Amino acid sequence: MTRDAQDAIKAGIPIFIGYVPAAIAFGILSKGCGITLLECFLFSAVVFAGASQFIALNLLMTGMGPGGIILTTLLVNFRHFLMSAYLSTRIEKMAKKNIFLMAFGVTDEVFSVLSFKKGIISPKFIYILQWSAYSGWVSGTVAGYVLGGFLPEILTKSMGVALYALLLAILLPEIKQSVKALILTITSGVLNTILIKLDILPNGWNIIVCIIVIAFFGSFFISGEIKEAAYE
Amino acid sequence: MNSLIPVILGMAAVTYGPRLIPFLLMTHKQVPRRLDAFLKCIPVAAIGALIIPGVFSATPDMPLAAGSGMVFTMIIGLWRGGIIIPVLGSVAVTCLILFFAG
Repeated sequence: MTRDAQDAIKAGIPIFIGYVPAAIAFGILSKGCGITLLECFLFSAVVFAGASQFIALNLLMTGMGPGGIILTTLLVNFRHFLMSAYLSTRIEKMAKKNIFLMAFGVTDEVFSVLSFKKGIISPKFIYILQWSAYSGWVSGTVAGYVLGGFLPEILTKSMGVALYALLLAILLPEIKQSVKALILTITSGVLNTILIKLDILPNGWNIIVCIIVIAFFGSFFISGEIKEAAYE
Repeated sequence: MNSLIPVILGMAAVTYGPRLIPFLLMTHKQVPRRLDAFLKCIPVAAIGALIIPGVFSATPDMPLAAGSGMVFTMIIGLWRGGIIIPVLGSVAVTCLILFFAG
């Protein structure tokens, strides 16, 4: 097995472990809302976007129509536009045909792992990572619908921590090297906390505002480094 | 209830669109320096907001459990790096604390 494939599996396992309990919860909740197994499966298989699926179930129960649900989904998932914009600068030499499949799997966690991978990102790395995420999400959804809460609550809660631990683990090498990265990360978290407390933006927009504001200030912050690199 | 399939397909379309469009707009030309710096800051900005404050409510009944798991990740991650051991270890630490102290 190549080094790339090994690295992708190492990063894929935590995503799988983190997605399964959330997906089980989605399956259980869907059944409780009275939707069919096929619909529940399709939610995870074709939308493949955690938070927005939970929000959609909520809105369905409040009786919101299709237009409102789809618009909310667009708002909630629009952050991926920014994430894909970043990733598009990192995969220069990739064949155009890969773009269509790859774009489908740009979730928060997949994006995070890809963005902190050193050097060029190969299609193989991306597909192994995304398949780990997708298989965990879809199989967990079906398992939750069919089997209900078959895992002990303590275990599902602990498994949920895997996603945060993963984000921290991939961030650490970066913030070890750069105080600026550490400052930007913490500032973004603080801003997000404030925005959530204020509760004035629609679902999903707190994080978009954080990314735009922090990256905007960050771009002034790191411009020195980029200049140096350009002169080398 | 009506079939949800049209709603699901609509949700899929508005989720896939924003994920795909930046790749379609991708050019191999040099991006302006300011935009390049902005894009470079997106990962840390996103991860900061993805971790904080969500992590504090990962184990809502006992934030200390998830907190201890994260401290484990930080120690092992800073000391030895890697992904598997820091992550699986944090799950184990959280699980043990919830089991014995919960």
